[in-house]
Amino acid sequence: MADSNYTPQDATPRASRLPLREICLFGALLITIVGVYAAMGAAYSTRMLVEAACYAVLALGLTIQWGYAGQFNAGVMGFVALGGVSAMLFSVPVNDAFWNSELPAELGKVLLYAIGATLLVVAATKLTRLGVPKRVRTVFAVLLAIVLYMVVISLLRDVTADIESQADFVGGLGLPPWLGWIFGGALAGVVGYFIGHVCLGLRSDYLAIATLGIAEIIKAFLKNSDWLTRGTATVSPLPWPTPGPAELGFTLSRAIYLSLTAVIIAGIFFLLHQAYHAPWGRMIRAIRDNEISSAAMGKDINKRRLEIFVLGCILMGIGGGMLASFNSLFDPNGYLPLNHTFLVLVMVILGGPGNNLGTIFGAVAVYIIWIMSEPLALYLMDLAVAFGAFAFDWQAPANIDSRALQARVLVIGVLVTLVLRFAPKGLLPERVRHHD
Amino acid sequence: MNELVFFVNNVVIAGSVTGAIYAIGAIGVTLIFSIMRFAHFAHADMMTFGAFMVLVLTTAFPGIGMGIGVPTAIVMLPIAMLLTALLAVGIDKTFYKPLRAHGVKPIVMVIASLGVTLILQGLIRLFAGTGGQGLYVDDRKAIFRMLPFEDVRVPIVITEPQVYLFGITLLAVIALHLFLSRSRLGKAMRAMSDNPELAQASGINTNTIVAVTWVIAGGLAAIAGTLLSLDVTFKPDLSFFLLLPIFAAAIVGGVGHPYGAVAGGFVVGFAETLAVFNWAVLLRPFRDSLPTWLELPSNLAFVGTEYKIVVPFFILVAILVWRPTGIFKGKVI
Repeated sequence: MADSNYTPQDATPRASRLPLREICLFGALLITIVGVYAAMGAAYSTRMLVEAACYAVLALGLTIQWGYAGQFNAGVMGFVALGGVSAMLFSVPVNDAFWNSELPAELGKVLLYAIGATLLVVAATKLTRLGVPKRVRTVFAVLLAIVLYMVVISLLRDVTADIESQADFVGGLGLPPWLGWIFGGALAGVVGYFIGHVCLGLRSDYLAIATLGIAEIIKAFLKNSDWLTRGTATVSPLPWPTPGPAELGFTLSRAIYLSLTAVIIAGIFFLLHQAYHAPWGRMIRAIRDNEISSAAMGKDINKRRLEIFVLGCILMGIGGGMLASFNSLFDPNGYLPLNHTFLVLVMVILGGPGNNLGTIFGAVAVYIIWIMSEPLALYLMDLAVAFGAFAFDWQAPANIDSRALQARVLVIGVLVTLVLRFAPKGLLPERVRHHD
Repeated sequence: MNELVFFVNNVVIAGSVTGAIYAIGAIGVTLIFSIMRFAHFAHADMMTFGAFMVLVLTTAFPGIGMGIGVPTAIVMLPIAMLLTALLAVGIDKTFYKPLRAHGVKPIVMVIASLGVTLILQGLIRLFAGTGGQGLYVDDRKAIFRMLPFEDVRVPIVITEPQVYLFGITLLAVIALHLFLSRSRLGKAMRAMSDNPELAQASGINTNTIVAVTWVIAGGLAAIAGTLLSLDVTFKPDLSFFLLLPIFAAAIVGGVGHPYGAVAGGFVVGFAETLAVFNWAVLLRPFRDSLPTWLELPSNLAFVGTEYKIVVPFFILVAILVWRPTGIFKGKVI
C-alpha cells in the first residue's frame, strides 16, 4: 500500500483540550448506575450492566459500519442471532442419543450430496467452454439446479424429521463458550460477506433492504429448524465461560462475567482505536467523506467497504454469542428487530457514530433507559388509567400492561427521529482532527 | 382434474391476490423512490395504518354497508385513504422535510423512515392491541364456489374480498396511468422523477409535486393494507413481512417505473406461491406411469410456508446481481 510509508508529522491534534464533555457525560452515567444499584439491588443491576456491555459490543460493530463507513445495517438482529446459535451449539452438552445413532452419518451424507450438487451446478455454468451456447447453458444450469435442489431438500427433510423424532435435536459440542463466540463472529462475517458482496457496489439503500431481509430469514430458519435449535422449545441452560451463579451466587458470578466482557470490550476498543488512527482508518474515512476523490486516488472502494462491513458483522456475531451465553437461554423467538436492531441503532446515533467512546456511552446509557422504561411506563399507564377512571368513568382495556410495553416502540422511534433532526452527530461527536 | 383445480386455487388465485397487494404497495414505494430518492421503510406501516383506520371506522359504524350491499369496510375505504394521505403528508412535513432542507444523505432519510416506522407501529399497537382482528365486523364474508368441470369434486374457491381486490387494483392502476400520462400534475411528476433540477428550472413547483406524491402513496398504501386485512385479518405487525416483498417488487420492476412495480409485484407474488406450492400434487396423476426406481416424495415444495420470506429475498439478490436496473430498465439509485 502506498500510503503506509507516509509518516503523518502534522497529524497531531492542535491542542490537547480537557475532555470536559466526556467527563460530564460519563460522570452522569456513573451517578445513574449508582442510583440504579441503590434502588434495584446489586444482582439486578449487575445483570443490567452485563447486558449493556454485550450491547456495547454490538454497538461497536454498528459504529464502524455506520460511523466509519456510512453503511447502514438494518439487520443487526440476524447477526446477533447467528452468534447466539453458535454459542449455543458449541457450549451445550453433547447429545448422546444423536451421536450414538445412524443419524450423524445420514446427515453427513446429505451434506455431501449438497456439496456435490453445488459442484455439479457450478460445472454446468462452465459449459460454455465446451462450446455450448450461452442461452442453452443458462437454461440447463437453472433446470439442473432446480432438480438437484429438490432432491437434496427432500433428503434433508427426511433426515431432519428423523432427528426430531429420535434424538430431539443435534445437541451441542460441549466445548467452552468462547469458542462458540469466535465461531459465531466468523459465521456472521461470512454471511455479511455475501450480503456485502451483492449490495455494497450499489447505493446504501439496497444494503439496508437486504440486511433487513437476511435478518428475518435467519430468524425464520432458526425458529423452524427444530433439529438444529429445538426451535420454539428453546435451549437452556447454556453454560457460562466463568463460574456460574450456582457456585458463587448471583452478584459475584455476574460481576466476574462483567469483568470478562469489560476485558473483551477493552480489547476491541484498543484494536479499533489503533485501526482508526492507522492509514487504513484514514482511508476508510476518506471513502466515507468523499467517495469520488478517494476513487481517483486509486483506492479500491468496494473492497474497503466490504472489509468494514464484514468486520462490523463479526463484532455483532461475537456480541450476540456473549449475550446468549449470559442469558443462558437460546430462544429464536426472542430475537426482535426492536430489541436487537433498532435499540443498537439508537445507541450508536445517540452516543456518536464513529466515536468509539461515545458509542460505549450510548450503549450503556440507552440500555439503562430501556430497562428502566418498563416499570416507568407501567407506572405512568396506571396513573393514566386511574385518572381516566376518575375523570371520565373510562374503562381501561384489560391488556393494559402489554400495551404499555408497546410504548417503548414509540419511544425508540421518537428518539431516532429526534436525534437525527437535532443531534445528528450524537452526544459525543466523532472528533475530526485538524491539521495545521 | 382435481389437481388442476387445486393448482388454480393455490397458485393462480393466491398468487394474484398477493401479487396485487404487493403491486399496489410497490407503486407507492417506487413513486417515493423516484421523487424523493430514498427507500421509504415506513410504507408498510402506512398500509397498516390505512387498514387500522378502516377497522376503527367499521367498528364505529358497522351497519352502513348493509344498506348498499357492499361490506362496510369497502365503504369506509375512501375515508381511510384520505386519512392515510393526510398522515403521509403530515409525516413528510414533520420528519422528512427538515432533513431534506438540511441536505442530508439519502441513507439518513432511510433511517428517519425507520424511526417513523417504529412510531407508527407503536401508536397502532398502543391503540389496537397486539392480536389480530377481522375487518368484517357485521358483514358476512361471501365465498363463491365454482365447479367448472363435470367430473371435478373440488370447486374453485374465490372469496368476496378477493373479487373486490382485483376490481380495486385494476381501477387504481388505470387511474394512476391516466393521471401520470394525461394530467398536467402527473406529467410534472414524471419530469421531476427524470431530472429534478431541470424540472425545477422549468417552473414546476417541486413542493406541490412532493405533496402530491405523498397523497398518492398514502392513498395506495391504505388500499393495499385494507385489502390485505380484508382477505386475512388485521394485525398490527403486518409490516415487517410486507416490507421485503414490496421492495423486491419495486426493484424487480425497475425503480421509478410505476408499471414496472405492478409487474414486479405480480412476479414476486407468483414466485412466492409457486415456491411454497407442493408440486407432488400435480405429479400424482402420473404416479402409475413413472418408472419404479423413482419414488415420489410426498412433499415437493421448494420451501416450506414458514420460509416464504426467503423467496422475495432470493429474487432481490438475483436481480441485484444480474440486472440492478430491474426488468424494465429503471434507475440504479
